Amino acid sequence: MQLFKKLTVINFIGLRKVAFVFSVVLIAASAYSLSTQGLNRGIDFTGGTKVELAYTDDVSVLDMRATLAANGYPEAVVQHFGSNKDVLVRIPVSTENNDDKVSDNVVTILAESEVGPGEVRSVEFVGPTFGKELLEKGILALVYSLIGVMIYVAFRFEWKFSLGSVIALVHDVAITIGLFSILQLEFTLPVLAALLAVIGYSLNDTIVVFDRIRENFRKLRDTDTEETMNISINQTLPRTILTSLTTLLVLIALYFYGGDALNGFAATLIIGVLIGTYSSIFVASPAVLALGAKAEDLLVEVVEKEGADQPEQPYMP
Amino acid sequence: MNKNPSWKYLLLLLIVAFGVIYATPNLYQSEPGVQVIGARNAVVDTKVLERAKRALDAAGVEIKNITLENGKIRARLNSEEDQNTARDILRAKLGTSYPVAAADMPTTPSWLESLGGAPMYLGLDLRGGVHFLMQVDMAAAEKKANDNYYEDIRKQLREEGIRYSGINRQDNGAIFLRFKTEELRDQARGKVASESPELLATTKQDNGSFTLSLQLTEVAVAEIKSAALKKNMLALRNRIDQLGVSEPVIQQQGSDRIVVQLPGVKDPSVAKGILGKTATLEVHLVDEANAASAVSGRVPSGSKRYKHRDGSSILLQKRVMFSGDNIIDASVSIDETGGPAVSLTLDSKGANVNSDVTGDNIGNRMAIVYIETLGETKIDSKGNSTLVTKEIKEVISAARINEQLGRRFIITGLDSQEAKDLALLLRAGSLAAPVFIIEERTVGPSLGADNIKKGFTSVLYGFLLVLVFMIVFYRVFGAVASFALVLNLVIIVAVLSLLQATLTLPGVAGMVLTVGMAVDANVLIFERIREEIQAGAAPQMSIHRGYDNAFSTIIDANLTTLIAALVLFNFGTGPIQGFAITLSIGIATSMVTAIFVSRILVNLFYGGRRLDSLSI
Repeated sequence: MQLFKKLTVINFIGLRKVAFVFSVVLIAASAYSLSTQGLNRGIDFTGGTKVELAYTDDVSVLDMRATLAANGYPEAVVQHFGSNKDVLVRIPVSTENNDDKVSDNVVTILAESEVGPGEVRSVEFVGPTFGKELLEKGILALVYSLIGVMIYVAFRFEWKFSLGSVIALVHDVAITIGLFSILQLEFTLPVLAALLAVIGYSLNDTIVVFDRIRENFRKLRDTDTEETMNISINQTLPRTILTSLTTLLVLIALYFYGGDALNGFAATLIIGVLIGTYSSIFVASPAVLALGAKAEDLLVEVVEKEGADQPEQPYMP
Repeated sequence: MNKNPSWKYLLLLLIVAFGVIYATPNLYQSEPGVQVIGARNAVVDTKVLERAKRALDAAGVEIKNITLENGKIRARLNSEEDQNTARDILRAKLGTSYPVAAADMPTTPSWLESLGGAPMYLGLDLRGGVHFLMQVDMAAAEKKANDNYYEDIRKQLREEGIRYSGINRQDNGAIFLRFKTEELRDQARGKVASESPELLATTKQDNGSFTLSLQLTEVAVAEIKSAALKKNMLALRNRIDQLGVSEPVIQQQGSDRIVVQLPGVKDPSVAKGILGKTATLEVHLVDEANAASAVSGRVPSGSKRYKHRDGSSILLQKRVMFSGDNIIDASVSIDETGGPAVSLTLDSKGANVNSDVTGDNIGNRMAIVYIETLGETKIDSKGNSTLVTKEIKEVISAARINEQLGRRFIITGLDSQEAKDLALLLRAGSLAAPVFIIEERTVGPSLGADNIKKGFTSVLYGFLLVLVFMIVFYRVFGAVASFALVLNLVIIVAVLSLLQATLTLPGVAGMVLTVGMAVDANVLIFERIREEIQAGAAPQMSIHRGYDNAFSTIIDANLTTLIAALVLFNFGTGPIQGFAITLSIGIATSMVTAIFVSRILVNLFYGGRRLDSLSI
């Protein structure tokens, strides 16, 4: 089965102004949401305690909240998740409640109340200082991977391509984080890991297009940059869509069958893959074009670096 | 064209064999068992083995197999019920010197084991257990070292008869001395330089007095800190051994943190109570001569006022007879009134001091000071938090010395839980500096089992979806890609098993993601082949060019993903690193399977014959 019977001739580069407006709107919305309501940071980054309990019968979260409030934890958040037998208790960091003893206390208080002892499914505690540190390290990791990518692409291609790919990546990360803020999804450590995977994925997509642009710069000497880019994006379009589809398929499996622990992770990647696919078509190449890339930028380097191991192509399309 | 030389088949065979052999151990389920190790001062030998066997026989627990290797007894049993019984029986019969842990034993066949095959190492989120990240209070370690130097230097100068006119401690930990003459100062300086060369001396002269300031060099401070970390790790290891945990992980992280992972531990509060606790004791003589000023009044310089547990005050001599560091064994016992007590055994140094001092002081009292360090996190108005430690010292007993004492003696004055904990802590050795839990992640066994099930299901479904998709879109070529994908998954499992890398839930997610992304290489190749066909190239030529043209793109695309994965590995902790590991391994193996293996199969299928069309 083929996605397109013939090579498509869509003027993607011509659509760059529309795409630009679309991207700017998304980024502006992200920035607005981030500055007004911020991220719904999980305890990985705020510090705090999270206890997951399972009971054999239905339990009332209202009663449990009251019990905890009466015993020194008025800020406790108690929710059902999954079923009415499963309960999630969260205690944010405060001046009094900031160490690993909180979880033990919560379990004891609830066990001694009317609900009785439940099975402790999981406990998470992150100290306030450590939470901050995790966030700082996470942001640094994002920056480092962007720098790593920039160096690699500059080395393999040229600085305009390098900058273009990083613009696309920043665009993807910004919008993905923005959507997490707009939808107030919980921002956790696995979500951050998924963001780094999004960088890897989106870049992968972009590089495939760039590779084709380089190849076509060499083959189609008389075509202008804009046209070459259009041809390249169209040529790689079936691959871009098919790979995104296979990746989305596994992510959907992960989202629905992977359990709560992987939910946020899968959601981030689903959003990221969609935006990354869009950006590798509509953002990366137009950005490189706007930076003034020309065929000569890549041709010189090719002769120097790769001329020796590339035999003369005997055939031209 | 497109024919395979025979070495390629051989290589393919080797790759498949490698994958199958090293992935196979994961198919064997583990079986229940128990493990016995020797605590700090105990060695597990054949005698212990015989005792264990007899104890289990007497309790009617059938042993499938029992071995003594590397100082560990490992017994394989028939059921989890037997496992619990065996653990309890052995704990009761072997005593505290030989901690017993329930352990799951792999059932890898011996021929696989001899090839180095072993099942994947599952992370705590999959097998259940407790993860702690502990912060070592290095400031406390440094302060303790400075305190020791302060006491030592005073003692040395006194013994040498070098008189100083003043001594004090500076805020930065330096020891500051004043002398009347330059000569005395230089004598002192010489003495310190020969005894403690790690102290940096600076001299000054002001207002007619000669000063000497002594401060630890940066190198010495770094050494003190690393020694404190090592000692803490050892103490934690001993304490964990006492808890009876099989396969614990105790690892240094950075310069002042320790990761502790206890697989299979269901109740973190017990472990927490023991691991972070810094309870120890010191033994002093009671200052009987100045007992009158115990409650109020001037405290003589060689003495210090302490609180007694019963609420009274008591004056003790400052000099420590011996401390928890001199204790080599401790166990819970009962005193004559039936109350809880701890029996102690001293090392030779402690025993000598004990017999000398008690021999000279019959009729006087000897006080046991119980010292516990409590940590508390304080948050200021700006949201910055700091750890504050508070040392609580209280006298738990001050008994009259009726006879000369030696290596062994009994202390009282604690409640039964305290006696139990103190005995364990003294047995295991003290922490060189207080530790605090800054991160805890506990996964209960049922959640771990759920995670495995869900992880497996999502890999399976994701995988099947991609297989169907590829076969629908690329027919014969899709089937080839599917085979490559199956092989890729097998090899990832094989590599993870061989490296004994930890598989976590995010690691499973990495595997799922790899499945989705690994076909990318094949999609790139197949799309190139289609382009060639559309451009009018002959089928064999199309295959050849398709693989050739896609090659450099695949390398570029995968390397950049690898960059992101490596950054992730460097930044991440535990579970996240698991994701980075599977993603990295998956990227590497997918290049082999998607390019090399799929080409061999395509050649096998289409190579070396006239073709009119391709099933793509």
